[in-house]
Amino acid sequence: MAEQFDVIIVGAGVVGCAIARELSRSELSICVLEQSSDVGNATSKANTAILHTGFDCVPGSLESTLVSRGYERLLAYSEHCGIAVEKTGAILVAWDEDQRAELPALQEKAIANGYHHTRILESSEIYEREPHLGPGVLGGLEVPDESIIDPWSPIVAFATQAKHAGVTFAFNSSVVSVTTQDGRHLVTTSQGKYSSTWLINAAGLFSDSINDYCGHDEFTITPRRGELIVFDKLARSLLSSIILPVPTATTKGVLVSPTAFGNVLLGPTADDIEDKNATATTHDGITRLIEAGRRIMPELIDEEVTATYAGLRAASQHRDYQIHLHADQRYICVGGIRSTGLTASMAIGDHVATLLEEAGVTLSANPRFREDLTMPPLGESQCRPYQDPSKIAADPAYGQVLCHCEHVSAGEIRDAARAVMPATTQEGLRRRTRAMNGRCQGFYCSAQVLECFEVSSDE
Amino acid sequence: MNKPVVIIGAGPAGLSAAIELKRRGIDKVIVVEREAESGGIPRHSHHQGFGIRDLHRTLTGPRYAERLTADALKAGVTLHLSATADLDPQQLVVSITSASGIEHHDAAAVLITTGARERPRPARLVAGDRPAGVFTTGQLQQWVAAGRPIGSRALVVGAEHVSYSAVLSLRHAGVKVVALATELSRPQSLTGVAPFVHQVLRVPTWVNTRVTGINGHSRVASVMLEDTKSSKQRQLDVDTIVFSADWIPDHELARRSSVAIDPASLGPASDYFGRTNRPGIYAAGNVLHPVETADRCALNARRIATAIASDLGLGRDSGLSLGVEVEAPIAWVWPNRIIVSRPTETLLRLSQFSEAKFVTASQGGQRIGEAKLRHGIPGQHLKLSTSLLRDIDPNRGVVRFALDA
Ligand SMILES: Cc1cc2nc3c(=O)[nH]c(=O)nc-3n(C[C@H](O)[C@H](O)[C@H](O)COP(=O)(O)OP(=O)(O)OC[C@H]3O[C@@H](n4cnc5c(N)ncnc54)[C@H](O)[C@@H]3O)c2cc1C
Ligand SMILES: Cc1cc2nc3c(=O)[nH]c(=O)nc-3n(C[C@H](O)[C@H](O)[C@H](O)COP(=O)(O)OP(=O)(O)OC[C@H]3O[C@@H](n4cnc5c(N)ncnc54)[C@H](O)[C@@H]3O)c2cc1C
Repeated sequence: MAEQFDVIIVGAGVVGCAIARELSRSELSICVLEQSSDVGNATSKANTAILHTGFDCVPGSLESTLVSRGYERLLAYSEHCGIAVEKTGAILVAWDEDQRAELPALQEKAIANGYHHTRILESSEIYEREPHLGPGVLGGLEVPDESIIDPWSPIVAFATQAKHAGVTFAFNSSVVSVTTQDGRHLVTTSQGKYSSTWLINAAGLFSDSINDYCGHDEFTITPRRGELIVFDKLARSLLSSIILPVPTATTKGVLVSPTAFGNVLLGPTADDIEDKNATATTHDGITRLIEAGRRIMPELIDEEVTATYAGLRAASQHRDYQIHLHADQRYICVGGIRSTGLTASMAIGDHVATLLEEAGVTLSANPRFREDLTMPPLGESQCRPYQDPSKIAADPAYGQVLCHCEHVSAGEIRDAARAVMPATTQEGLRRRTRAMNGRCQGFYCSAQVLECFEVSSDE
Repeated sequence: MNKPVVIIGAGPAGLSAAIELKRRGIDKVIVVEREAESGGIPRHSHHQGFGIRDLHRTLTGPRYAERLTADALKAGVTLHLSATADLDPQQLVVSITSASGIEHHDAAAVLITTGARERPRPARLVAGDRPAGVFTTGQLQQWVAAGRPIGSRALVVGAEHVSYSAVLSLRHAGVKVVALATELSRPQSLTGVAPFVHQVLRVPTWVNTRVTGINGHSRVASVMLEDTKSSKQRQLDVDTIVFSADWIPDHELARRSSVAIDPASLGPASDYFGRTNRPGIYAAGNVLHPVETADRCALNARRIATAIASDLGLGRDSGLSLGVEVEAPIAWVWPNRIIVSRPTETLLRLSQFSEAKFVTASQGGQRIGEAKLRHGIPGQHLKLSTSLLRDIDPNRGVVRFALDA
């Protein structure tokens, strides 16, 4: 017999988890089916970690609405839960006349998106603020509210609250077919069968396949690979805001951004590819990034590289999000969340809840849902446990630093292993604590960190 | 004088300096080490070859580390283990965080002996997937010591002393080593364990070979190799790859303390006595210039400890010192701040094989001296006589080093 639920959500990326959290406020039985072994293990783990104002969205699109709402929601949520965010602001930098000529239009587009705080800057003002930019800046557009965020903690936070409130998470469960049986969805996974009244498709790159299982074909996903380079924390002092490219008809360009963890990111590339599993970096992509970086900020390229990675954007043939309610079928498709899904996640959750209500589902308050949650502080601007004498006095394990590059203590590793949504793999541990994610990549600490992790997991 | 000398890093350099400072009558010497055990890298090198020049005997790495630790404790050095150090360079205040809380020490002088690390795979910009099975030698040796499983077929990147050490560790862990691969035209090590690895273990060294990619989702499945001469690519099936050598000083603490860095070695810019541009802050051992053997680091640190003791007694010798520049294929020279009144021997490292016979030094385009180059092997120790700086002129600025056929 298949396990029965009111709602099944396919996919535990940032979008699926945000939806699960929002719906867990009401008394619905919910199950999240995820093919990987952890939350946020696909596109959501590999982005540029910017909380976008939505100033450059397509005006009037659903994406525009959800990004600007999502920005406010995630900003407030992160502050509430202690997730690192820094309002660094962004400067779109024009390196040639074509790009400079685009600036006024971009400013108008921002206004059309409801964002009124952009300002056109002279090159002298830009160099004053960002003296390490390479030569040749002609001007720019300031977007003071663009922010950087810890991109991983929100996912774990959403899932933690959802699980607390009673949501079931089934990992290593890949959905292979969806059929209708007695008016309900019968979902077959690699691990077993599940049945539900409602089905929500948040399967990211595979949202088109799930959509197809449900008999729809509004869109097809073509993965657009974005490769990124993370530079050492010692590079962080080279810039204070996000340096964005000016999008033109011919090029998209790459950005340079500080991260909430105190590193610097260079990227992403944008290459349409076929293989939805091709998250490898390429020699060509990295070489192009280094060339672009040398122009934008020459000194950056002399710093050490801490990591390189690639993420796949779930791009479709449409420019907007593919969120469709099929009320008759009790199915909601949340696909094509291409390059702004982190920012929009909470607003997408709200939107899905509204669609359910519109379709006649009653959302009555779930007493098990808890608003309060405190996430471990991982940000460079936050007070980390090893810097907090009272925390160490209360629990000496917070003074016992095991990962030295990122200053991760034994206490934090233990906490991650025993959390409500625990780390179960090395990768999961890295994302929840930053252990082994620093400049030495585990040269010194991996043996000890993993031992502490395994002992804590077993207890 | 009651302020302590605080040493950051308890490897061979830090421990040897601490012992020497006590011998020179410094009352309080504190060594801060972030690991749970002191001794630095040798703790994990379970083979002979440590202590020859400084202790006049040959020990295994762990025995050498124990011996230095015991000597330091006997001399009355205070060791803080599992402790994280932070430095306020203006006030010379060192903050030490450990399970027992956060302590602040007002230091008379601070010595940075934080060592060097091998560049891990991301820093070498090797493209591909990010599977398990990718190591540096240091990491490999710690995993082997901890009894963690390694793999079954390995490629070692690099052909320096440490690369051969990686081969032995892999063999010890039951891993078959397919080859060593180097981008250079020849192996860099012909002594020590290298002949054993080649002739007895029959592990070949592939020259002119660059690793350009790693394949495999959860575990390494294969690596992509490029022949640097023909640009031909091929795939090699291995489940383990060890990136050896390619050292970078662990200079983070130094840089965050606004100590000037030498652009060639990436270590703190310093004179022969380890003095940096920040009064009261010194550096010694592998953080200065990667890398030397442990015994050489120990001797270098002893000398620098002697200088600290005398600076504290007599006030710092503030004689004029000049900066340096190097021409490829010289990787770095040290000292990179030359005390004009007392030119010393110069250490030098090459980044490529060279047939050159001499090294020359010049100021403002004029030659001030030359010295014989004993060999042209990159990555290997080279010491040049003081004749190189024979006619150094206090008024002609930066000293430039180059090779001469
Ligand atoms: C290079 C790059 C940079 C970006 N930068 C930003 C940025 O700065 N700011 C921002 O807001 N956004 C950014 N994004 C976009 C953002 O990362 C995505 O929009 C977001 O992560 C999408 O989340 P998701 O949950 O829809 O997809 P995913 O994270 O891909 O989640 C989908 C989940 O569904 C699971 N799944 C798929 N098929 C099945 C199946 N058959 N059965 C079970 N489970 C299945 C997958 O395993 C996966 O966990 C960027 C994206 C990229 C690639
Ligand atoms: C595989 C391998 C084989 C080798 N074989 C030999 C050999 O046979 N013979 C030989 O003579 N040499 C050998 N060496 C070289 C030798 O290990 C080094 O030369 C020597 O360890 C350098 O000493 P050090 O004190 O400068 O640095 P390290 O030994 O690196 O010690 C630095 C110490 O500082 C600590 N530290 C770093 N940063 C901080 C911080 N911020 N706060 C607190 N503590 C910090 C580190 O934890 C470490 O304990 C080998 C090296 C390797 C990797």
